[in-house]
Amino acid sequence: MSDVHGNSKFLVGIFDDDDVVLKAVREVKKSGVRIHEVYSPFPIHGLDVALGHPRSRLGIAAFMFALSGTLTALALTFYTEGFDWPMIVGGKDSYSPVIYVPVIFELTVLFCALGMVGTFIVSNGLGPTVKPLMYDLRTTDNKFAMAIDLSKNNIGETDIEQILKRSGAAEVNVKQF
Amino acid sequence: MASAHAIPSLDEEFEFTAEAKRRLLIGIGAGVALVAIGAYLLASGAGSHEAHGAAHAAGAHEAHGGGHHEYKWTNRLWANIWLNAVYFTGASVIGMFFMSYNYLAQAGWSVAFKRIPEAMPAYLPFMGIVMLATFFIAGHDLFHWTHPGLYDKASPEFDPIINGKKGFLNTPFYVGRIVAYFGLWYFLWQRLRAFSLQEDLYGGTSYYEKSVKFGTAFLLVFGVTSSTSAWDFVMSIDTHWFSTMFGWYTLASWHVTGLAIITLTVVTLKERGYMQWVNESHLHDLGKFMFAFTIFWTYVWFAQFMLIYYANLPEETIYYRERFSGYGGIYKAPFFINIFLNFVFPFLVLMTRDAKRTYIILKVAAWGIIIGHYFDFYNNIMPGTVGEHAGFGPMEFGMILIFACGFAWSLYSQLTKANLVPKNHPMLEETLHHDI
Repeated sequence: MSDVHGNSKFLVGIFDDDDVVLKAVREVKKSGVRIHEVYSPFPIHGLDVALGHPRSRLGIAAFMFALSGTLTALALTFYTEGFDWPMIVGGKDSYSPVIYVPVIFELTVLFCALGMVGTFIVSNGLGPTVKPLMYDLRTTDNKFAMAIDLSKNNIGETDIEQILKRSGAAEVNVKQF
Repeated sequence: MASAHAIPSLDEEFEFTAEAKRRLLIGIGAGVALVAIGAYLLASGAGSHEAHGAAHAAGAHEAHGGGHHEYKWTNRLWANIWLNAVYFTGASVIGMFFMSYNYLAQAGWSVAFKRIPEAMPAYLPFMGIVMLATFFIAGHDLFHWTHPGLYDKASPEFDPIINGKKGFLNTPFYVGRIVAYFGLWYFLWQRLRAFSLQEDLYGGTSYYEKSVKFGTAFLLVFGVTSSTSAWDFVMSIDTHWFSTMFGWYTLASWHVTGLAIITLTVVTLKERGYMQWVNESHLHDLGKFMFAFTIFWTYVWFAQFMLIYYANLPEETIYYRERFSGYGGIYKAPFFINIFLNFVFPFLVLMTRDAKRTYIILKVAAWGIIIGHYFDFYNNIMPGTVGEHAGFGPMEFGMILIFACGFAWSLYSQLTKANLVPKNHPMLEETLHHDI
């Protein structure tokens, strides 16, 4: 996530198996450690629930982007055809929302799609000049990483390392940004 | 997820209680009584004036070419029977359609409630008999193209356009097609049902593999017959008019109705304590299915409408003209009820995630779709068959009651014939752990 700034020190537990990491999340949380984030090459069912993430607000964002597209299309078609330069084509009224439904639909989809791309870039802290935070490069291949922000935990580093190892971490690394 | 499923037993029998039977019989009895009252009102002339006094205005007949029979009150009776038969034929055959594409896609999630779509097509033979009987008794009143004068150059009724459709619209071929539709659909369903029941007894994957083959065969058959049956059952009523979207449109209408019935049955059974293995994720997926195919129906409905509106050819626009402002405007209300109940309402109600996981919202949306698509078919069938004499009175309510209670009876009695969970289905574990 993009909310890491300055000097932060992380403990990164590396796991080999998705089932193990899912169980580990519950155990680590039970022992009082606050988990920053878990990184996985693929979505793990039930992981967001186990981590206690709040419900995603992507749906609301998508709806708002889509609605702005609908309104833009309505305004565009009404201004051009109904007000600024009315034209009669095929003997029909110069402005009828019926014939603009495809335009309205397409702009709704376009605004929603572009908006979601933007949301994706912003919420993941990506961009042309941004260097992404990689806790472990192998999470793009076959490993699962559990990152723990030491500055946000009162438990000592060695204790956390013990907890991670006990709950199935194959290795525990220190990562500094 | 690695959690054990929490159902106590894989044996659960649906019980078609005497109470439920009594209620359905009362429903059918009430339906018959309402139809009788409606018939009495129409026969004595009261019905034709109460609903639409202004309908006899000039221009009401603009839609029809020559050769029109004198209207009799029985036309409305036959049109009602035909309308309900078409509607419930669709609702039944969609059960088979749903099973088939789930087999072809090798989907696991739907196995949990597979017995419900599996039970739906049992109503098909009744609908086939009703349709054939109606066609033989009242074909001339419902279908303009059955009049022999239209094909006789010497007759004043001669119609070159309809004469050009003679190769397709003639009684022997038509009756043959109806028999073929119901025969093929029912035969393929019987095979799939038999495999499913044998699988419960003997297990193994061979029944599953055979089901995939028969399901695929059904999809090939249905790909053609869903379109042609839509032309036969509905589009040929307005003999002059045609739309290349019509097959899709009727399939979309049938499909979303069938999905609503499946959802409604699953939720109702779950509320009564059956099928506790069906979890929120199954309901969520069923809700998504209804939501998606609501939009699909709207897309097809609108595509058909907009192309005709845009092209503005008189022989095509007459279809909407009749439904929008023809016959004294009596079809305007069903026209808008159709769009509202089949698009606006389910679209807004089913949009959020929570809605698709809430019983009452799913039920309300499903009922909206089920009622809405009745009006969809009402608007497609009534203008061409009874025109300005249509209405919505005791006869319509009664006929719906008779057909719907019959459908429920057929569904429930099929459900009693098999264990509610297909306990030897190869995808059983997947469906019990369905989690989205």
